[in-house]
Amino acid sequence: MIEIRIHGRGGQGGVTSAELLARAAIAQGKYAQAFPSFGPERRGAPVVAFVRVDDKPIRIRERVYSPNVVLVLDPTLLDIVNVAEGLKEGGKVVVNSPEKAETLKSKHGWPTVAQVDAQTVALEELGVAITNTTMLGALLKATDILPLSALHEVIDDRFGPKLGPKNYKAFERAYNETVEN
Amino acid sequence: MGKRVGLEVSLAVAEAVKLANVDVVSAYPITPQTHIVEELSVYVASGELDAEFIPVESEHSAMSAALGAAAAGARVYTATASQGLALMHEILFIVSGMRMPMVMTVANRALSAPISIWNDHGDIMAERDIGWIQIFAENGQEALDLTLCAFKIAEDKRVLLPMIVNIDGFTLSHVIEPVIIPDHAEVDAFLPPYQPVLKLDTQNPVTFGPVGVPEVYTEARKQLEQAVIGAKPVVDEVLAGFGAAFDRQYKLVEQNGKIGAKTLFVTMGSLGETCMTAVDELMAEGQDAGQTRIRLWRPFPEEEFLAACAGAEKLVVIDRALSPGAVCGPVASELKSLFYGRPGAPEIINVIAGLGGRDVTVREFKEMFALAGSGKLSGNYMMWGVESHAS
Repeated sequence: MIEIRIHGRGGQGGVTSAELLARAAIAQGKYAQAFPSFGPERRGAPVVAFVRVDDKPIRIRERVYSPNVVLVLDPTLLDIVNVAEGLKEGGKVVVNSPEKAETLKSKHGWPTVAQVDAQTVALEELGVAITNTTMLGALLKATDILPLSALHEVIDDRFGPKLGPKNYKAFERAYNETVEN
Repeated sequence: MGKRVGLEVSLAVAEAVKLANVDVVSAYPITPQTHIVEELSVYVASGELDAEFIPVESEHSAMSAALGAAAAGARVYTATASQGLALMHEILFIVSGMRMPMVMTVANRALSAPISIWNDHGDIMAERDIGWIQIFAENGQEALDLTLCAFKIAEDKRVLLPMIVNIDGFTLSHVIEPVIIPDHAEVDAFLPPYQPVLKLDTQNPVTFGPVGVPEVYTEARKQLEQAVIGAKPVVDEVLAGFGAAFDRQYKLVEQNGKIGAKTLFVTMGSLGETCMTAVDELMAEGQDAGQTRIRLWRPFPEEEFLAACAGAEKLVVIDRALSPGAVCGPVASELKSLFYGRPGAPEIINVIAGLGGRDVTVREFKEMFALAGSGKLSGNYMMWGVESHAS
């Protein structure tokens, strides 16, 4: 079982990231769970969402305390939240940041980091600084949970014929531009 | 054979209600139930569901309108939670007393104060005596399946009672997970259209719920009692029929872990799954652990529960509600009544846990197991995980 914790700010679409990932995994015949941090969410405040993916039925309903992977949608969270809290040994932090992967790794002491400047990608491809689908590209690059194509249908379904292809392009570009260290 | 999709559990419940071809949805939004009736209002607005959606100004009105619609012979659905359920309270007794079938989802949520939108069973435990059939779902698939079964049970001519399907708020209602949505034709074959025995009809006037003078009230309540108790074999039969039609089996009481184990957890609702994982780990560590999950809560399945606990020496009963000043939590209280005076009755250790959305983890279930085995627990119950500054 792979456990993922997504850090974002209210309104950035962290819950949507979780939902898309779980739906894509389920469409591939896997088992998955996605859920928000169950609170009255406030725009801009730090929020978390959780995902579990497994090849067998998931029989656990607690929050994710020891993630294999942490996904960070917003680099400004790094100064105020310990995003690596509880990270499993050998776990990865997948982060949206303009800083280089090696810089982030030494600065924060993370075991492994996968970095992409998702904000730039999102601004160029979508015209808005919403990085939720973009960062899923980085997540798939850093892990082998699902093939890239697995997200195609759910992204199209979620965003429709106009925004779907743009989101998929941002997602694919982030996949290609992600650097791991 | 249905379609397997990743879906929020609230929306899976809405799908079930749509597949059941309800005639009337009468509801007022309240977290964490809102997504269900919101989705149903979309189905009604788009014409996907040919039903009357009655948006009311309170839960008291939601239940009152549901009662009126049921009396007119409609297949009726509503959903609520927490304070919303509490506001329905007085009407709930009238619905069962008048023998009106309907189905309600309760997305279980703590009661105020302090204000909590999060999950526990405080809301439904305050409604134990309303004379409705009450069942608990453990996961999203079960939430959908039991909703379909609920209509068939409630409308059965041997039953004619309203039924509540409990789904844990947020921990179930807001989780996206795999759910198989049955085909409409499959559901139509399982659940035929509702045919009321009596309904409000100007051509054939009848009176529902007239005054019950002292000479008849006790007899009327006796009839209700017999109807509720008599619903048990019908629940069993409908669940078995569902299993045969859809290949998903549900029993009134379920067992897992080591059968015949000396120490059993007793759970109700979605905590059951986390507990199962803890029991699996305990068994792998060589511990004598098992679990009994109560699915049907009203009528209480006495024989099935006793059979499932045969040979157990200790029951670790998890209650997700506090009854302040009571001898113990509501589920433990039920079980103590059941076992009192029976030879070989197990020791009942009552843990009140998971109030107001507090997580209960696999690790904590294992801690409870160790504590139960240590003999260090005294008193009728313990409140789990209370921070020292609060005690």
